[in-house]
Amino acid sequence: MIELLLVPFLEAAVRTATPLAFAALGELVAERAGVINLGLEGTIIAGCLGGAAGALLGGPALGFAGAALAGMLIASVFALFVVRIGTDQIITGTALTLLGLGITGTVFHVAPAVVGAGQVIPTTGPIAIPGLSAVPILGTALFRQPLATYALYLLVPALAWWMGRTHAGLALRAVGESPEAAAAAGLSPRRIRTVAILFSGLMGGLCGGTLVLAQVGAFNEGMSAGRGFIAIAIVVLGRWTPLGTAGAALVFGGAFALQYLFQSLGSSLPYQLFLALPYVLTLVLLAALRGRAAAPARLGR
Amino acid sequence: MSELALALRDIHKRFGATVALEGARCLVRPGTVHALLGENGAGKTTLMRIAFGMLHADSGTLERDGRAVRFGHERDAIAAGVGMVHQHFMLIPAFTVAENAALGGRGHLDRAATAERIRRIGASTGLAVDADARVRDLPVGAQQRAEILRALMQDARLLILDEPTAVLTPLESDELYGWMRRFTASGGTIVLITHKLREALAVADEVTVLRRGRTMLEGRADEISESALVTAIVGEGAPRAEEAPRGRSSGAAVFTLDGASWADAQGVLRLSPTTLTVRAGEILGVLGVEGAGQRELLRLLAGRLSPTAGLVVRPDRVGFIPEDRLHDAVIPDFSLTENHALAEASRLDRLVPWARHAAATSAILESYDVRTTGPAAIMATLSGGNQQRFVAGRERQRAPQALVAENPTRGLDVRATARVLDAVRDVAAQGGAAVVYSADLDEILAMTQRVVVCFGGRVTDVAPPLDPADRSPYARALLGLGA
Amino acid sequence: MDILVAFWDGAFGSTYAFWSATLVRATPLLLVGLAVALAFRAGILNIGAEGQLILGAIAAAAVALQLPPAPRVVMVPLMMLAGMAGGAVWAGIAALLRRRFGVLEVISTIMLNFVALAAVSWMVRGPLQEPTRVYPMSETFAAAARWPFLITGQRLHLGIVLGLLAAGALWFVLARTAVGFRIRAIGAGARAAQSAGGVEPERVAARVFLASGALAGLAGASEVGGVTWALYEGISPGHGYTAIAVALLARLDPRWVVVSAVFFGALEAGGASMQREAGVPAVAVQIVTATILLSVLAIAQWRNARRPVGAPE
Repeated sequence: MIELLLVPFLEAAVRTATPLAFAALGELVAERAGVINLGLEGTIIAGCLGGAAGALLGGPALGFAGAALAGMLIASVFALFVVRIGTDQIITGTALTLLGLGITGTVFHVAPAVVGAGQVIPTTGPIAIPGLSAVPILGTALFRQPLATYALYLLVPALAWWMGRTHAGLALRAVGESPEAAAAAGLSPRRIRTVAILFSGLMGGLCGGTLVLAQVGAFNEGMSAGRGFIAIAIVVLGRWTPLGTAGAALVFGGAFALQYLFQSLGSSLPYQLFLALPYVLTLVLLAALRGRAAAPARLGR
Repeated sequence: MSELALALRDIHKRFGATVALEGARCLVRPGTVHALLGENGAGKTTLMRIAFGMLHADSGTLERDGRAVRFGHERDAIAAGVGMVHQHFMLIPAFTVAENAALGGRGHLDRAATAERIRRIGASTGLAVDADARVRDLPVGAQQRAEILRALMQDARLLILDEPTAVLTPLESDELYGWMRRFTASGGTIVLITHKLREALAVADEVTVLRRGRTMLEGRADEISESALVTAIVGEGAPRAEEAPRGRSSGAAVFTLDGASWADAQGVLRLSPTTLTVRAGEILGVLGVEGAGQRELLRLLAGRLSPTAGLVVRPDRVGFIPEDRLHDAVIPDFSLTENHALAEASRLDRLVPWARHAAATSAILESYDVRTTGPAAIMATLSGGNQQRFVAGRERQRAPQALVAENPTRGLDVRATARVLDAVRDVAAQGGAAVVYSADLDEILAMTQRVVVCFGGRVTDVAPPLDPADRSPYARALLGLGA
Repeated sequence: MDILVAFWDGAFGSTYAFWSATLVRATPLLLVGLAVALAFRAGILNIGAEGQLILGAIAAAAVALQLPPAPRVVMVPLMMLAGMAGGAVWAGIAALLRRRFGVLEVISTIMLNFVALAAVSWMVRGPLQEPTRVYPMSETFAAAARWPFLITGQRLHLGIVLGLLAAGALWFVLARTAVGFRIRAIGAGARAAQSAGGVEPERVAARVFLASGALAGLAGASEVGGVTWALYEGISPGHGYTAIAVALLARLDPRWVVVSAVFFGALEAGGASMQREAGVPAVAVQIVTATILLSVLAIAQWRNARRPVGAPE
């Protein structure tokens, strides 16, 4: 009985966490360079659209490429404004979220064929890893997932190594702590921030791509549904480290999956309670962890 | 002698309407300590930032080892073997010394190897720093050594030091001079930006003097007289400070600390229980190296901190000139009138009497010689000296009888310094009490009757020496060696 | 071309378009724009006006539906108070999290927006659902809870009067009063306000946060009381986010917020007409809003860069 409930719950948790982790890891890199990218939501929805359009043209692989490209496109505008012109990060990010939602929504209404409304978008299904997927309880959750999830298994440790053990990772963190000091050491804070923002756009785009190509199988207006903002909360919860961020993404995935679990249990609690749960949880955990003690010193400035 | 290590010729640089450099020249021979002297605002730092690629000259030429170069960015200068140790350190507080030193490298980050290199260079230069310590946990002298080490790790052969002794104790300064001589003896070159004359004459081989963006004097340090230097730095009619008479006032108590102490949020005692009285007509001088407790002492007196134990008796209104004026005293984006009202911000209720504040601001501009377009000018458009004169005027106006000033002349030129110190003297002359902290021992001795020294959070009275020229009691107290 | 004609017709093309579409849509934007301008002036990044508006709408609707019948002169002011209280409480959570726990308000207010959406979704399917329990909406308000129209035959309602009064009052407070000066001071330089002025920035900030939430909540009350006469799930089509553009285009000056709110009201009215007449989705207006926001930011930056700055040292 327990297994019957637990296995689908864990599977759903990992599945829900996958796109969130993509977006959050991208945001993590941007934030370690001192940039808070509230335009992430815009990059995700752009990624959704790019993913759908690309997949219709040339299958899932082109879909992911389109998603990454679309995300980076939005992020490049963000980088232009924040790094080159020097505008306020928070407000620029909000504007780009509006821009992403506006453009994708307009395309969806004006040219539904581009995003394959009414068509079947080629998707990538789960791939079971022989042997590992047979492990009781955790096997299905961790090793019967789409390729995107496995990509994260490699990306998270790689990112942790890169940030902690390479000069480039050190340079990234230096820019988040003090751009002046980084410049005095011969680094180029603007270039580093631009690259970090583009990476967050790439990852935001892939978040959208994963949503369309590995989960929903269709594009809908506003389907990013606040994941960009959730990703920002995940980075805070993850204490600005790759492993912490991955863990926090899983917590959020779990909170969303809880909704399905309780529904399948026939609970009489209103489902909006579960809808609100991850956000309330973030607030409670942020309060409990006392805010921004571990944040990069120059985050947002 | 071979070609020049560094040559800046006919350098012009403007910031908006302000002309910072107007044809400045600085020629530095290899293997020398070259002192770059001048008042604050003379353009010393601007000139050297151009040499380090941080700023770009509007016109002029730059040569390194005889070759014309263009530094578009700090990294170009670093690649050409130029290093700079900034007055406000460019280290990342959250990083370790090794991480800071490794910044700018490529590829895999080998912490152990970096730490080993720091130890090796530290041993060979005498600049020892714990490679694994976080910079924010280090005392200021060690931070400076770390910054020099970082430049050396980047193979700097020409090192620009911007006011390096401003934050050092006399002992630390001597160590730094010793290292500078060893560095030049081994073929390195140093440009020393300073406004301390004696320092320049004692340690430098050659001197360049800047005044208002132009080069006024250059030559060998042993061939130039002190008076010629003074004239070149400040122009004709240089002000000279007189030493104030020592002794105690017998006026009424204005400030009284009775066993007052202050501990931070973590419960660390930053100021030990202190008992102290400052009387009417008196100026109390405070000395102390960075973090010795003077910051807390001044803020208790000014009412910006409440004692965690003990008692502070002070007037209702106390003027306060904090060290970091752009963050603590004024709002750069506000007009002067608004900044005048700022001092009353918590006392005001209902409507702000803008006309009254504008009139009072005009009065300050007049009597404190603040040069600007009028009370509606935005604070950020004023030069540092004008900003500080405004703050001094405002605080005097706010509280004519009690003034606390924290390093009030830091970053000011001679004239602005004189005006600000006059404001402090006026308080005592008119029967009030003033407390002044300065990093400059000469400045304190020139204007105060009584001196206390902070060391390790303790405040000690220093009895004036019999010979007024004898500074050793103060120096010893500053270093915690007892009077 | 048809698109532009449709846009113009919808926003300014007739007296009805102006009074009943443009100004009616400008009303919530005016109130929320003031809420955002006030918060930003104090350096509070309140991205949560959306959620505060929703809570204000819920609270006002609850008063309209749950209280025993009362005359309009009693009911309407009660709805206003309830809306302001609802918005203030929602902002108060973020204010508390900031002050007691150091949680960045940018993040907390965004989270609270999502919680508010869940809350209204539950309200219209739970406690406040209409009696047949078929539609996700509340019962239509009784006549006494409907805010009075200002002009016969037009849909312009009392809300805009509140907005104009609030704009005037806010301008006066910020420009002339001590309270307003303290608010501007903590926004422009919190440390100097504290050190030189003896102001307690966090205390002032908390109150401003509450006031900002109350203004946003009042916008919610004005929407249910003056426009929809019932609580719907989609009570706010992103007014809280548009308000950021409204406030910034006005350079955070309450007087200009009035103008900028009418401008964005026209944009929305024209957008809606575009969708009806020319088939261009109303969501395209968001592209315009975003573009305006980015332009305002870039221009402000350009102005700043031209201001003379002192040399180093």
